[in-house]
Amino acid sequence: MAWSDMLAITPLPVLSVIIWLLIASLVLYLARTPARQALFQLGHTLYHVCRMAAYSLSLADRKLQKRNHEVLLEHGREAAERAVEREFERIEHTVRKELGDYPALHRQVSEAITAIEEDYQNSREVPPSPPGWTEAVEAVAGLPRQDAKVAQLLDSIQKSMEKMEARAIREHRQDARKRHRLLSRARPHWQELVSRLSGAEKKVQRLIDRAAAIDRHMNDYAEINRGSDAALRRLSSSSLTQFFVSAFVLVIAVGGAVINFNLIARPMAEMVGGTDTIAGMQVADIAALVIILVEISMGLFLMESMRITRLFPVISALEDRLRRRMIWVSLTILVILASVEAGLAFMREILIQDEMATAAMLRGDQASVQEPRFLWITTAAQMGLGFILPFALVFVAIPLETFVHSLRTVLGMIAEGVLRTLATVFRVLGVFFRGLGRLLAQIYDVLSFLPLWVEGQIRRMRANGASHSDSGRPGNEEVT
Amino acid sequence: MMMRSITILVLMLGVLVGCSDNQGPNPNQRGVYMLLDTSGTYTEELDKAQQIISYLLTQLNPGDAFAVARIDTGSFSGEDIIAKVALDDQPSRANSQKRSFQQEIKDFMANVQSAPHTDITGGMLQATEYLNEHNPGQKTILVFSDMKEDLPEGYNRDIPLTLDGVEVVAVNVTKLRSDNVNPQEYLDRLDEWQKRVANAGGNWRVVNDLERLGQLLKE
Repeated sequence: MAWSDMLAITPLPVLSVIIWLLIASLVLYLARTPARQALFQLGHTLYHVCRMAAYSLSLADRKLQKRNHEVLLEHGREAAERAVEREFERIEHTVRKELGDYPALHRQVSEAITAIEEDYQNSREVPPSPPGWTEAVEAVAGLPRQDAKVAQLLDSIQKSMEKMEARAIREHRQDARKRHRLLSRARPHWQELVSRLSGAEKKVQRLIDRAAAIDRHMNDYAEINRGSDAALRRLSSSSLTQFFVSAFVLVIAVGGAVINFNLIARPMAEMVGGTDTIAGMQVADIAALVIILVEISMGLFLMESMRITRLFPVISALEDRLRRRMIWVSLTILVILASVEAGLAFMREILIQDEMATAAMLRGDQASVQEPRFLWITTAAQMGLGFILPFALVFVAIPLETFVHSLRTVLGMIAEGVLRTLATVFRVLGVFFRGLGRLLAQIYDVLSFLPLWVEGQIRRMRANGASHSDSGRPGNEEVT
Repeated sequence: MMMRSITILVLMLGVLVGCSDNQGPNPNQRGVYMLLDTSGTYTEELDKAQQIISYLLTQLNPGDAFAVARIDTGSFSGEDIIAKVALDDQPSRANSQKRSFQQEIKDFMANVQSAPHTDITGGMLQATEYLNEHNPGQKTILVFSDMKEDLPEGYNRDIPLTLDGVEVVAVNVTKLRSDNVNPQEYLDRLDEWQKRVANAGGNWRVVNDLERLGQLLKE
């Protein structure tokens, strides 16, 4: 028996439908209270589940945020420590190199001062001023010369006095000249003294500048240690900038590595064969890739050994002698690999020429086999690239370190954002489910509207009846 | 600690060796066997064959195998192979081999003798044998012929071919005088070969336009 037959309880389909609707409505009405409670409960439960999920996500977000702040502060602290350490190293270098000769400078300055002092002392001995010969000569010349003998005597006195005056003036001039000479001899000493003191001043100024930089770094360090919001904001913004800048530089480095790969992959086939494959990749390509990766690794070790980067704490913690040895070893390997690459680049050009010649011969086009005039330029350029690129790739270590460090912060921020968004979504979903439960309960009432309407009518009638009976009682008129 | 590192290294090497494709045929390796019809007046077409061989040599890579054999009265013989080469792994040596191969073909073309009969089936059997021996990833048989088989009396070539995964390309299928009288003969001939190749498990193609040699080998 089909469903349609079962549902057709009267010959008239419309009537059957109406009857079924009435029955359904009645059933819904009878089950109204538990059904509405179930719908409310369902909405409520989903609301609470979503709220709990949102709360858990918020909690995870807070924890992650705290952890991210810790990591950020730790990185900032490390960077500040490194900056302070570097500044101290520079100061030490300055002090050792520029102020190391301070005793010599002191001695030179002292000698210059002594020499100046001696010259000054010597120049201070003022020669006696010429006696008042002029007045005496004039007085003798003004005496009356009536007597010839007296006049002769006076003339001789005058002459001898004039002679003495001239001699005294000459001696005075000689003394003055001598003093001037002493003073002019002190001049280079002064100049030397000024020059040395200004040099010392510059060095001291440099030290003061370094000290100011250390002060700045120390302030940053103190702020990071306090974990202030300003420090967090600065570190976070700096981390983002570093992430994008380092990613950009790494992309450039990848470009360099690709060029390097193309330079050596073809001639590698001559060394390891051009047909074998591992995991679908030609062995020659793998060999070329391995060479480039080894170069990058050597670059990393070199930078680590030089303490420029700190990706491997083990290397930077090595004693200086071992570190220096490691620098030389990695540098030597790099030079060897760069030479190998230059050789491969040279071989690449030869192979290309050989292939071109073969292809031309097969085509029967012998004329085009002639070697281009400026072939040596491309060969030299390829060899140069082959030699230089490995050293250029060494510097990948610096952006790589920055990228790795900033990546942690950026990933943390992204995870925070995701958690926060999810928490918001769950909160909204909770509210939605609660509303949905209420809405479904209302829709339920709409489906059983007829019995509800009847119920309402009955209640109203009862209420009217009750009010009528109440109004019939004395003293109840004013209540209505 | 040391033992652990060595074990890990050995395991990694094992994985790498396991991943290597040395055991089966290399999918990038190609094997090409070209049959040249030297019967009757078809020898006049051999200049075109030389052009095709030169083109093929430019397309082949280190590790590929290439052989050129003639179709004559009885072609199921290794003596009919004019030149064969398995290109070396090293590109420079492969280039040198290509040059030698080209020279061998030139020498053959200069002294080629016309054969009275045409044993295409025998040639294809020989080609299958050669290709199966080298077992490349891609097998191609090029038949430079008018595809009109003309066997001498007593030769039995009514045997099934085995051409699983082999690409059979008929090149420069010229029309005979009788084809001009009744083109249906030409069409029937090609159709018959197509059926034979398809029944043997191979793929059949016809390339008559030598301006489009790029279609000879599958990429």
